[in-house]
This record gives sequence, C-alpha cells and structure tokens, in this order.
Amino acid sequence: MHDDIKDSLLKKSRATRSEQRGRIISLTCTAIIVLIVVSIFYFVASKGLATFFSNKVNVWDFLSKSIWNPGSTDSHGSPQAGALPMIIGSFGVTLLSAIIATPFAIATAIFMTEISPNKGYKILQPVTELLVGIPSVVYGFIGLSVVVPFVRHTFGGTGFGILAGTFVLFVMILPTVTSMSVDALRAVPRYYREASLALGATRWQTIYKVVLRSATPGLATAVIFGMSRAFGEALAVQMVIGNAVLLPHNLISPASTLTSVLTMGMGNTVMGSAANNALWSLALLLLLMSLVFNLLINKIAKRGRI
Amino acid sequence: MQNYSADDKFIRELDPKDHEISISTEDLHVFYGDSEAIHGVSLPFERFKITALIGASGSGKSTYLRSLNRMNDNIDGTRVTGKIMYRDLDINSQNINVYEMRKHIGMVFQRPNPFSKSIYDNITFAPKRNGVHGKETLDELVETTLKQAALWDQVKDGLGQSALSLSGGQQQRLCIARAIAMKPDILLLDEPASALDPISTSTVEDTLLALKDRYTIIIVTHNMQQAARISDYTAFFHLGNVLEFDETSNVFQRPKITATEDYVSGRFG
Amino acid sequence: MNSKKWNTVATGILYFIAGVMILILAFLLIFILWNGLPHVSWHFLTTPARSFQTGGGIGIQLFNSFYLLFLAMLISIPISIGAGIYLSEYAKQNWLTSLIRTSIDILSSLPSIVVGLFGFLVFSIQAGLGFSILSGALALTVFNLPLLTRNVEESLNSISESQREAGLALGLSKWETVLRIIIPEALPGIVTGMILGAGRVFGEAAALIYTAGQSAPALDFTNWNPFYIASPLNPLRPAETLAVHIWKINSEGIMPDAAQVSAGASAVLIIAVLIFNFGARFISARVYGKMTGTK
Repeated sequence: MHDDIKDSLLKKSRATRSEQRGRIISLTCTAIIVLIVVSIFYFVASKGLATFFSNKVNVWDFLSKSIWNPGSTDSHGSPQAGALPMIIGSFGVTLLSAIIATPFAIATAIFMTEISPNKGYKILQPVTELLVGIPSVVYGFIGLSVVVPFVRHTFGGTGFGILAGTFVLFVMILPTVTSMSVDALRAVPRYYREASLALGATRWQTIYKVVLRSATPGLATAVIFGMSRAFGEALAVQMVIGNAVLLPHNLISPASTLTSVLTMGMGNTVMGSAANNALWSLALLLLLMSLVFNLLINKIAKRGRI
Repeated sequence: MQNYSADDKFIRELDPKDHEISISTEDLHVFYGDSEAIHGVSLPFERFKITALIGASGSGKSTYLRSLNRMNDNIDGTRVTGKIMYRDLDINSQNINVYEMRKHIGMVFQRPNPFSKSIYDNITFAPKRNGVHGKETLDELVETTLKQAALWDQVKDGLGQSALSLSGGQQQRLCIARAIAMKPDILLLDEPASALDPISTSTVEDTLLALKDRYTIIIVTHNMQQAARISDYTAFFHLGNVLEFDETSNVFQRPKITATEDYVSGRFG
Repeated sequence: MNSKKWNTVATGILYFIAGVMILILAFLLIFILWNGLPHVSWHFLTTPARSFQTGGGIGIQLFNSFYLLFLAMLISIPISIGAGIYLSEYAKQNWLTSLIRTSIDILSSLPSIVVGLFGFLVFSIQAGLGFSILSGALALTVFNLPLLTRNVEESLNSISESQREAGLALGLSKWETVLRIIIPEALPGIVTGMILGAGRVFGEAAALIYTAGQSAPALDFTNWNPFYIASPLNPLRPAETLAVHIWKINSEGIMPDAAQVSAGASAVLIIAVLIFNFGARFISARVYGKMTGTK
C-alpha cells in the first residue's frame, strides 16, 4: 500500500526550506557585524601602524615625547609625533572625572536601593535614565557656557583645560555609573541584608560591611565602564579642553586629549601623509584602550561570578 | 529510594497480528552531554489506545516522551541513539523531515502554552501555515477541534478573545485542540494535568478518553490514579529504564516486578 | 561616635547626594530649556542657518537629523533583528559564539569618534561616498548595531521556551516559530529598544562629523527626486545634523548668535530625546495592550 505520509517524511518541505533560509539570513546578519568589527580593527591598525613602519616613528617616542608636530621632522628625519600631552590629557580627565563621579554614583545608588527603595527609586530612576539620554554635544555646550566661565572666574586663566573637561565628563558619566551601580546593588541577595540586620547591625553598618562588599565587582565594573566612556568621549571634551597640544602645567591651562586632537585634526591633514598617519595612530591607541577597558570589565565580571 | 535491578524487568510483547502498532522504540538511549538519561528502552504503542508512562520524577519518562517526536533535538548537547519506528521508517535518523514528522506526532506540554493570540488564531495558525485556507474550512476546523477538546460550548461566543484570558484547564484543552487541528496520528502528552486543579484535570481526562478512538495517545503522568483511570497500557520507568510494561490493569493489580509494586502502592515516588 | 550616630550621619549624607543628583538634572534641563526655548519658533525651526549674521535657523539640520535617523534605522533594524535571532535561537555554546559575542561587546564599547573615523575612511573615501547622508547613515548603523542586536536578543530570550516548543511541536520550523510567534510576543521590548536606540542616534555627533559632513547646503524642498542634487532626499549630499551643528557653531565662532542658536538647538535636541524616551514607554505599553487584549 502506498503511504503518502511516509513519503512526505523523506522529502523536503516548506518548513525545511524556511528553516534553511532563516539560518542563512540570521547568520548573514551576524556575520555582517563581525565583519564590521574585524574591518574596523584592520583599517585603523593598518593606518595607525603606518606611522611606525612607513614613517619610522619610534613607538617609545610616540608614547613618551611631548612635541606633537607630525607634519615636520626632527633631527633624525622622522616626524615629531610625541603623543604624551594627549595621553596625559585623556588619562587625566578620565581618572579625575571617575574619582569625583564614583562616590556620587555609588551614594546615589545606595540611596536608591537601600535607603529609599520605593519613593527615591521612583524619582531617581527616570532622572538617571534621562541624563543618560542627553546627547554629548549638549553637555559640551553647557560646559562651554557654564563650566568654562565658572572655572575662569573661580580659578583664573582662560577657563579651558583639564578641570573644565573633568567637570563635563563627571556630569556625563554620572548617570551611567549610577544606573550600573544600582544594578550591582540590587543583585545582592536580600537575605544578606536581613541576616546582618538580624545580628543587630545598623542600616549603615549593613550597607557598608555587607552590601557594598558583596557588590564590589559590580561596582568596579560600573566605574570602569564609566571611565571607558569618558576616555572615548570626543566632542564634549573637545569643546572645553582648550585644544592646546602641550603638556598641561596645571588643571586650568589649555590641554588636549586623544579624541580632541583627532576631532580637530582629521579634516586638516591629507590622507596618507605623515601628519595624517600620526592621527590614525592616536585612533589606534584609543581603540586599544577601549579593548583594555573591555578586558578589565570581563575579568572583573568573571571573578565576581566565582 | 531503593535501587532496583534493571535486569529484573517485564516487558509485555504485543503480537503485531493482534495489535496494530503505531509507533515503537528499539533500544532507545538518550544522553545529555556525558550522562545517560535513558538506558535503552524498547516499547511498542498500540494504535487507538492510551499508553501511560509512569515513574518517579527523574525516572526519564518525560525525556523518553520528548524523544518520540524529537523535541530533544533542540536542546544543546542531547544525543539520541536507537530506533524510533513509525510507518516502517526509523524517524530517529538524519534524513527524516522532522517538521513533517511532528505534524503527525503532536505534543501537549506540562504547562499550558497557548500563543498570545486569539483562540481562533491559536487553532488555525499552524494549519494556515500548512496550506489550509478558506474561511469556511477554517471555521469548521475550529469548531470540530474545539468540540473534540470539549471546549466549544464555553468559548464559541468569544473565539476572538485572547487565549491568555482562558482558565488554566481551558488553556490546556485549547492546546489539545491546537494539536489535533493538525490531524496527527499520535498525540504525546507530557503531564498535561499536573498544573491544573482537580476539576480541570477530570475534564482533560474525559477529553482524552473521547479522543482515543481517533488518536494513539501516549501520556506521561505523575498521578497513578489518572494512569489507572484512563490508560490501556502502562509503562513503569525507573532511573532511565522501563522495568514493567503491561496492560494497565495488570500493572496496578498484579505487578510482576517488586519495584513496580512498591511504586504503585505508594512506597516510593 | 557610636554606630547609631554614624547611621544617622551616613543616611543624611546619602539624602544630600541624592538631592544633588536631582538638582544636577533640574539644572541641566532648566538651563537648556530656559535659555533655548525663547529662541525656538516656527521661523527658527524652518529657516536655514546663517554665518556671520544673526537670525539663522536650524531648518535644514533638523530635516537632516530625521532623514539620517530614518536611513540609519532602516539599515540597522533588519540586521539587528537577524543577528539577535541568530544569537538567541541558533547560536550553540561554542568558541564561535563567544567570539561573536565578544566582537559585539567590543563594538558597543568603541568610542563613537573611532566609529566615525572608520566610516570616514571606508565609506567616505574608499567607497567614494564622500561626505554624504549615506556614509553618515552607515556610520550610525555601525554605532547602533551592537546595542540594537543585544536588545533584540534579550527581548527574544525573555519569551518563555514553552512558546517555542509549542510552535515546533506543530511542525513549524524554528524560523517560522521565531518570526510568527516569538517576535510578535517580544515586540514591546524590541520596539522600546529601537526607540531608545533612535534617541541615541538622533543626538550622536562624533560619528558624523567626518561621514555626513559639517555642511548643510541649501535644499530645494519643492523637488523630492532623490537624484536631484539639491533634493532633500538625495542620499549623496553632505548633511550636517542638529547635533553636529551645535558642535560646529561653538567651535568655529563665526556665527554672532552662536550661543543663542546653540541653546535653541540644544533645547530642540533635548525635547526630541524626551519624546523618544516617553514614546518608548508609551508605544511599548500600547503594543503590549494590543497583543494581549482582544483581537
């Protein structure tokens, strides 16, 4: 007897074909993203490394010298590409803003999760969400019209510089670090707190000795994430830092960061020239730093899990 | 739990001359990664009968049931060896079109899982995807399947409302209706009443008894009274082995294996 | 000081800092809206910008921002849905998947200026698109993809496995099940993520200054033929957006009323972000109601 059902079990059907199509479509989309990442690395690295291979700049000189004039050459005939001022500028604003933002963010997060988890959380949660959404040029504009004059009046100088950049970045990363800290604190199991309170500890002792301690990996991740954002922020910083490629004397003298020099310079150099390649080297440095931040976050997250 | 020997078992043979076999397994093993969940199970399932799979939790009865229509394929690291014979084909082989196969071997799960669509769409969704068209045909399909699942009278005036607005028992009967709308040969049910209250449970049981003259039914159940009430055959699973398979009345009244006796009399489980 | 007192002091400090946080937001919002809104008028929103004289508007920049947003979302939505489906439904736990996840992680943490420079090099120069809407949209796609993909993946993961089993047990393919059952159920989450992503894209500037460019040539709003050079729809024309405009006029200093225009433009930008934020909540609530309600 002929069995249609038996035959159909051995044949391809509409579902088989749709499954095949689906696999191909979804894999292609994923491959596009991976391809983008690979080509970003490839292009930025090939351009950025040209400074060292084609223009013969010494890597150590690039990292440690402070004269940035890659259009002209030094006594050895290689371009003057000393990126130290920008490196110091970038790390300076990043570290300082993170140092100020961390206590604020963690304190706000503690307030939202431990002190006033209902009312306080309901008010502050949308506040942080909104702050995260404000575009960075708006932060830059406010920095330019409020922070820079404030620094000028209070501390003297032009007002532009690392201090102004720090203030702007502080406000910029504060909401991000706060909301990630909130997540970290909320992940601490409730019974930790109950156990501590049951032993007669005050709320503050519980927060300080139990909650904060077990949330440390998560809080560290939040801070590093904030630092990575601060390090990579371009326009808001560029608008208030003063854009002088000099080693900063103090916090209120005009300075520059990797991103600010890139922002200003890329349009003014000819593709392929030594000056242009030197800028790509800065971009490569920026890329590598963002990798380092990423790696750190993953390391901490892994350790936190164990 | 006592450790009963897997060598001490009784599997009732069903003579193909007297019993039409719908689906059967031969030496079926299921592995999750390195651990073996089913240690070579061979069972026949007779057409238009209800076979109950009983056993303690972790005995492998659900895992076994889910391999019959290859739902375990979707779990990473699962491997199934041995044969599953259906219409003279080993459906546990690579060249089988699993999507086609699942149309004929339907499944109802432990927790009711209707789609968040209307009652009407829940039933017509899969048939439509398989080329059943025309309002009248679909209307009729909805009516007959809901009647078979004993749900028609309660929902006929609100077929457009969301399936999620139904009660748990109604949702489960909708899932049964949805499964039989594909006109399967075999219906696999994985503890279909375990998430339901006693009244819903008994309606679902009545539904199954009414369905048995059209479908071969294999049901996993935790509830021994339920197995005794509705099934024709019972297979007793213990730690990944079937220790006893026989007509239900024999399993419950004259078990041949100590382990079965201990289990059905409630000494463990 | 004893522990009771410490407790009181610490709590007081925490209240103070939370208050400061609210003050910061209040200050930012009030500053922008107070300074900006008086400049926002129909005239401001519709006229082109001016250099060296006052009274310019942001009409073209506003249009450019929306057009770029539209194109960027048009490209990134399908790709992110495809990739999100792959990661949540098809990816096995192996080295390849962890490689894919790592690259998405890296992409999402890249500074947007790096994305912009990559776009400049690859889309503007190598692909010959120049400073154009198209290069800008592609750069924004790169910027947008990782977050959208992760959002799609998470939204799909939040749908119960039992729904997938229901589809598969009816003989549907995995793909059909995802497309017709899982995605509709995950839609509120997906849409919310898309709108928040749109808000991010709308305010992005660093990825655009070297891709979409920093100039806004006059547009002929009577000719909508995309191949016409001054057509608003022409994807190959340079297009300064609102966010880029704010940066540009502040760093150039050739617009006498730059501060006023920036304040007005910032206010418009903030209002747009607010609308995106509230829109995300509103639409997700509505879509959800529609899906679970009656047909």
